[in-house]
Amino acid sequence: MSGVMKRMGMIFRAKANKALDRAEDPRETLDYSYQKQLELLQKVRRGVADVATSRKRLELQLNQLQGQSSKLEDQGRKALALGREDLAREALSRRAALQQQVTDLETQHQTLQGEEEKLTLAAQRLQAKVDAFRTKKETIKATYTAAQAQTRIGEAFSGISEEMGDVGMAIQRAEDKTAQLQARAGAIDELLASGALDDSSGLAKDDIQSELDRLSGGTDVELELQRMKAELAGGSSSSQQALEGGTGQGQQAPQTQDTPRFDKQ
Amino acid sequence: MIVRIMGEGQVKLSDDRFAELNKLDDELLEEMENGDGPGFRRTLDQLLDAVRRLGEPLPDDALEPSELILPAPDATLEEVRAMLSDDGLIPG
Repeated sequence: MSGVMKRMGMIFRAKANKALDRAEDPRETLDYSYQKQLELLQKVRRGVADVATSRKRLELQLNQLQGQSSKLEDQGRKALALGREDLAREALSRRAALQQQVTDLETQHQTLQGEEEKLTLAAQRLQAKVDAFRTKKETIKATYTAAQAQTRIGEAFSGISEEMGDVGMAIQRAEDKTAQLQARAGAIDELLASGALDDSSGLAKDDIQSELDRLSGGTDVELELQRMKAELAGGSSSSQQALEGGTGQGQQAPQTQDTPRFDKQ
Repeated sequence: MIVRIMGEGQVKLSDDRFAELNKLDDELLEEMENGDGPGFRRTLDQLLDAVRRLGEPLPDDALEPSELILPAPDATLEEVRAMLSDDGLIPG
């Protein structure tokens, strides 16, 4: 097998230590860590089983040696009873050698028993830790998943609010622009009205010019009226005078012309 | 053999099931190397389904190390490629 499965498995084993603190997704790290703990616990349990097996084997050997020792003691006793002190001596010396082995094995047995107790205790403690870790791991994973979901929701919300903010800003900008234009239009009107700003269109007039225009307009009407009156009277010279006088003295001129004529009558 | 699906758990598979899985696994690797996103997604789903179908799930407290590891069901081609890059699963 050379596919993804195998390669990932190899990488996982190769990067075991780094995986514990650098994995991007803490849930995977936790799962992996838990797996490693279980493997460790398995090793400890195997260790306990191995020690227990050795202890059992020692116990069997001890029983065997003790059996042989008893047998040699009996043989020695019987040899003595038969007057064979040499045989009795041989049996007892063999028994002494066996006793030495028994003593050694008993020491080993005690040591193994101590080891076994320690390992059993360690396995129990480790089991408790692994159980606690498993619970914690599931809690953390759930919390992490929830936090992730929460972040996603938060992002969605902030996205929406940003969008709404954009719309709000656009409206605000439009309102500002309108108000600015209105204010500018008002200011220009005022400036034009006051004469502080020249009207480039040439349509606007200041108040003095307007009054002058009004006055001159009025004069023209009066002059026209006077001219028509003179024509009706038949005197082109008098009308000419009237016109000339009108330019200088206004409305009083025709009266000075008419008065002598009335006086003559 | 024990197979772990990341983020899901472990599954025990008998060795004679691996012929079918190997084919899919090799396809998956090829699609990943060729950058075939849709193909990768399809094959990964097929492979995970096959593992779940053919295997027997292990209880959470089972003391079995995984010999093979599969990406999480939602893993993307880029994520898996990053995991299998020269830096390995974790950079550094």
